[in-house]
Amino acid sequence: MKEVLIIGITAALVNNVVLSQFLGLCPFLGVSKKVKTAGGMGAAVIFVITLSSLLTGLIYKFILVPTEMTYLNTIVFILVIAALVQFVEMVLKKISPSLYEALGVYLPLITTNCAVLGVALLNVQNSYGILEGVVNGLGTSVGFTVAIVIMAGIREKTEYNDYSPALKGMPMVLITAGLMAIAFSGFSGLL
Amino acid sequence: MNRCVERLYNGIIKENPTFVLMLGMCPTLAVTSSLINGFGMGMTTMVVLTASNAIIALLRNIIPDKVRMPAFIVIVASFVTIVQFMLQAYLPSLNSALGIYIPLIVVNCIILGRAEAYASKNPVIPSIFDGIGMGLGFTLGLSCLGLVRELIGSGTVASFRLIPEDYCIKIIGLAPGAFFVLAGLVAIQNKIRISHGKKPKDMKCCSDCSGCNLECGERKEAAKDSDFVKEEA
Repeated sequence: MKEVLIIGITAALVNNVVLSQFLGLCPFLGVSKKVKTAGGMGAAVIFVITLSSLLTGLIYKFILVPTEMTYLNTIVFILVIAALVQFVEMVLKKISPSLYEALGVYLPLITTNCAVLGVALLNVQNSYGILEGVVNGLGTSVGFTVAIVIMAGIREKTEYNDYSPALKGMPMVLITAGLMAIAFSGFSGLL
Repeated sequence: MNRCVERLYNGIIKENPTFVLMLGMCPTLAVTSSLINGFGMGMTTMVVLTASNAIIALLRNIIPDKVRMPAFIVIVASFVTIVQFMLQAYLPSLNSALGIYIPLIVVNCIILGRAEAYASKNPVIPSIFDGIGMGLGFTLGLSCLGLVRELIGSGTVASFRLIPEDYCIKIIGLAPGAFFVLAGLVAIQNKIRISHGKKPKDMKCCSDCSGCNLECGERKEAAKDSDFVKEEA
């Protein structure tokens, strides 16, 4: 139990997916203008990554390993993730329209989010079991949500500040991300 | 022939994926802690991009429009797997340095973006040159970033020491430094644009890769332009 907890905390804070592993940077930079949309994106990512790490873990253990086709993992995982996102979108639309309203816009954007594939591949690389993989996925996506919501909060505050026009937009966001990365590196003393 | 040269120029200078289009940010920041790693990543991406562009251009009339995205992804993923095996066999040190970012080339938006925007609408030869041009542009961007970070962060260029170790700013070589160096490079570019009377670069939908092949893909089709619509001035 203790190891599982450590995996979760490490994934969420110490090895933060965006700020120290640079996965999922594109939504982090692109969808972080407002706290509300950032929160929606984060919720959708938590949902998809946790589900996909469960599914890819099962497929890897019960299909790819017994048939000795582990070298196909990249192809299989990306297809499974793409199919899963489509499937989740359809199910949500049918079962819970309110949840679909909240997450629906973000779901298609997640297919090509490298964090989703990254987590699936890291689970295999670190030879995590199913439970450890799911916890790793959950931790990673919670870390993503924390980072993107903080980023959106800072951007809302600094949007109308007066600074050099050359720094407007992208450079300022990157500098903020860099400062956040320094702050998050403090968590490495946690374990 | 003219068209091929134009594609190369377009990829390296006019629509440089790193500096102009700002695509593929994840590997750009993650693997550029040294010049060699950045160059290696750029070259690997170029090989995948060229090969997948060629195959997609060959199959462009066969692949049904509705399932083109999954088809592109399978083609790209196959080439990534092949390239990964090649690296494991012949360049194991580069393979371990790039680690998980090699399989993640599959979700690199440059590759799917080019497949969608160019290779699926144009003949094979220009598509190949488009892939080479874009790949070289990406390599150039990664190498620039890697060069700056390695020089400031550890005082070396391709492991050749130029600055004594005591005078290095270590953090530039670490994760936060990646953000700072890229911010600096974009800010310099903006400064030049402003001094030429152009508007500084804005974060368009194309600057985030998750959206670029879905949203902009559709928008581009609507604009009926076979190329990235990114001419601003």
